[in-house]
Amino acid sequence: MSKQTFDLAAQSLRELNSALHALNGQTNQTAWDVVNPKGSHAIAAGLDAPLDVTVHGSTGYYCAGMNKHATVRIKGSAGPGVAQNMMSGAVIVDGDASQYAGATGRGGLLVIKGNASSRCGISMKGIDIVVHGNIGHMSAFMAQSGNLVVLGDAGDALGDSLYEARMFVRGKVKSLGADCIEKEMRPEHYDLLEDLLRRGEADAKAKPEEFRRYGSARKLYNFNIDNADAY
Amino acid sequence: MCGIVGLFIKDPALEPKLGELLTDMLITMTDRGPDSAGIAIYSRPDDGLAKITVQSPNPNTDFANLDKDLKEAIGKPIALKVKSTHAVIELPMDQVDAARSALTHLRPEVRVMSSGDSLEIYKEVGLPKDVAARFDLAKMKGTHGIGHTRMATESAVTTLGAHPFSTGSDQCLVHNGSLSNHNSLRRMLAHEGVRTETQNDTEVGAAYLTWKMREGATLGEALESSIDDIDGFFTFVVGTKDGFGVIRDPIACKPAVMAETDQYVAFGSEYRALVNLPGIDNARVWEPEPSTVYFWNH
Amino acid sequence: MTSEFPHTPPRKSYTFSDAANAEIRRAAASGIYDIRGGGTKRYLPHFDDLLFLGASISRYPLEGYREKCSTDVWLGTRFAKNPIHLDIPVTIAGMSFGALSGPAKEALGRGASAAGTSTTTGDGGMTEEERGHSKTLVYQYLPSRYGMNPDDLRRADAIEVVVGQGAKPGGGGMLLGQKISDRVAMMRNLPKGIDQRSACRHPDWTGPDDLEIKILELREITDWEKPIYVKIGGARPYYDTALAVKAGADVVVLDGMQGGTAATQDVFIEHVGQPILACIPLAVKALQDLGMHRKVQLIVSGGIRTGADVAKAMALGADAVAIGTAALVALGDNDPVFEAEYQKLGTTAGAYDDWHEGKDPAGITTQDPELYNRFDPVLGGRRLKNYLKVMTLEAQTIARACGKNHLHNLEPEDLCALTMEAAAMARVPLAGTDWYPGKNGF
Repeated sequence: MSKQTFDLAAQSLRELNSALHALNGQTNQTAWDVVNPKGSHAIAAGLDAPLDVTVHGSTGYYCAGMNKHATVRIKGSAGPGVAQNMMSGAVIVDGDASQYAGATGRGGLLVIKGNASSRCGISMKGIDIVVHGNIGHMSAFMAQSGNLVVLGDAGDALGDSLYEARMFVRGKVKSLGADCIEKEMRPEHYDLLEDLLRRGEADAKAKPEEFRRYGSARKLYNFNIDNADAY
Repeated sequence: MCGIVGLFIKDPALEPKLGELLTDMLITMTDRGPDSAGIAIYSRPDDGLAKITVQSPNPNTDFANLDKDLKEAIGKPIALKVKSTHAVIELPMDQVDAARSALTHLRPEVRVMSSGDSLEIYKEVGLPKDVAARFDLAKMKGTHGIGHTRMATESAVTTLGAHPFSTGSDQCLVHNGSLSNHNSLRRMLAHEGVRTETQNDTEVGAAYLTWKMREGATLGEALESSIDDIDGFFTFVVGTKDGFGVIRDPIACKPAVMAETDQYVAFGSEYRALVNLPGIDNARVWEPEPSTVYFWNH
Repeated sequence: MTSEFPHTPPRKSYTFSDAANAEIRRAAASGIYDIRGGGTKRYLPHFDDLLFLGASISRYPLEGYREKCSTDVWLGTRFAKNPIHLDIPVTIAGMSFGALSGPAKEALGRGASAAGTSTTTGDGGMTEEERGHSKTLVYQYLPSRYGMNPDDLRRADAIEVVVGQGAKPGGGGMLLGQKISDRVAMMRNLPKGIDQRSACRHPDWTGPDDLEIKILELREITDWEKPIYVKIGGARPYYDTALAVKAGADVVVLDGMQGGTAATQDVFIEHVGQPILACIPLAVKALQDLGMHRKVQLIVSGGIRTGADVAKAMALGADAVAIGTAALVALGDNDPVFEAEYQKLGTTAGAYDDWHEGKDPAGITTQDPELYNRFDPVLGGRRLKNYLKVMTLEAQTIARACGKNHLHNLEPEDLCALTMEAAAMARVPLAGTDWYPGKNGF
């Protein structure tokens, strides 16, 4: 298995992504290094094979967007919408993530070792997100399913209008959004969280017992005029 | 809808490179705003000297003999530096008002971009790289500056519609986003005697701050109250004689990234704008919070 | 002593009409705004107020059936490696699986493919019924992202980034619990039976500067093969069209306020947006100002019913049109044949708009198997094909009469307006004059 290096200072984004897309279904050349990303957008977007891509530096919008099967590591910070609509595989950000991290993700694992900005996990649909630091306001807005684990604090309006996604926060929550409430941690949640912390490379930093669970009060599931203030 | 960049120098050794760094940042944001570009540069003032940056659609005729005509009108020596469609008039501090009023009848087509003792503003229609080249921005020295690339939303693509907008002596503002109550505010401001020249929403934001400060607010207070009074989506970066400030609306959708090292504080609409700054790999990088005023002063 | 004079007869208020009062009473009793399907029902200036001039001596008409009048259209020629070529300029607008039944989506695919045109997914993701039966399928990229996945993105023929729609520019969707069946719930990752509130903005971008980057990402994921459409509601069409072009769209889809919806607040449907007649000239002006007219194609929708509407929209500068409500009517929506059942639902054929309730007697806007199994997708597809063919023939008839060998050679100068308001909106002269309101500053 050879390791390929791709220099975005010398070659174009289109060349990178088409080379990575050409590997769909193949098993050789699975390890790739991308250097000089310099905040470029859509790096390694639309991968559809069990590749292992390491980006050395910080990325722009939508790195690893719609990822399937691949593991993408960002040795830097990620711009807006990292791993948006991910289907499967894993995306690991060593630094911070900008807004919309893991937006609408339907599967796979997103790990952010620094902080995530606003709207982390917005409209998530099955993805697991583990943030080692803090998350910003409006995170998990309209989140439908999946798990969001935050070792640090959460900003304003956490889980506003959410559906069935679960949120586990170790630190403080500045405020809960409409229809989001704290819920009891039951044995199955400790097991789930333990697994997420391990897969999120955070088990050395935090124990499941230190987290509180948040979820939907399910009061907005069918319209009722007495809840109109929440709309 | 736009790209914003800003750079506040902490280490004087970097001051000679302000224009070069900021120009590179500006050009990186071309995709976000290919219609027009502008830059505000603050440099250390000369004692007792003020400068007025002016712009003309007909620089050849308007700037010819402008120094002589102004000197005649106000009776004091002035210096004129022409840069393409812009010119910087240097004059004694106490002559700014006299010169501005003389300008209105001497050269009716000439527009004042900025005035103060530290600030110069250059802005034009066109790609950021062309605008930067036209004014030789990369060669400028200074203590801090902000720049803007514009993708016009509802108002015209013109020089006057380009950012930065001057908000008062040594003050200016750039904006990314789209304001939704700027027409009502413009009418209110007109009633209060604050004039705007374009249909641009950002100019109203700038005029609003001017008005608030005229009423006695500090810049920080004016920015705080803008959160209540200005509706829509905005990230504002404002420049002052001593520093620069950042504020985002409560929803805070429009992107904003900041970086700080021992040498500088930098602002970009995207991280891309910051990648070539010295020491960026070890900088503290973060995103400003919604409804929060950030400020750096010398 | 009582007066000998006649009494003043009872007089009802024009302002507080029976309909207005009924709505006040309904709101007071229910505590919920009126939600319904379909488009605006009020009177609006429309294509009916425009006429073609035709040809006689100064211009020469083409002979029907013998002298060719082409109808084909290319879409997505700006950046896409694989632009779309359609036989006719009438496409099927986005309508969701969820709003419509699986068999109804299949019928749309069958009819459109047989007529040589495209169909479009909707808020519920892509179904096998429509992909299997649609030769050319446009995949909508919506704020909700229900069912969004890269496999469907890659098997689509074009991608439509939906920013807004004519029935509710600035608003999100609303699919009430009655229609969230097991299959709809699974496709949307939602619990069964709950109200589904779609977002009004995309979750991961805001504004044209971000949109440019989103379009870049979609192109990268699909290797620059697919045309990228941007769909906007008829709100501020000059600016929105210009910004879609600046953000990199291949095609702009402009939906006027007559455009339908599966379910939205009535107040939105009736009070937000502009008629398509007013929207087209502004969008065309934006394209012309950027030098992109015909380079970025313009598809317009909202109240298109006949070949005359198609021809008028194209004369005003559109490259193609899209139909939604009309396609459903062709399939059998609101057909008087179901009158007895409409009566049971408290309505009448032609007025049924409670599409969100899922009780559609025609079996089209429902997820109830008993109802949708009534609907024959093969027959429905044939009816749609027939209708599309008739519209095309009608448009050709008009184009030939104006001396055109291709529909896209129709021009605003081939039109006159019957009313001042239509003249003002369409910017074509009032019949018998060379003037329209606003021309030359008057």
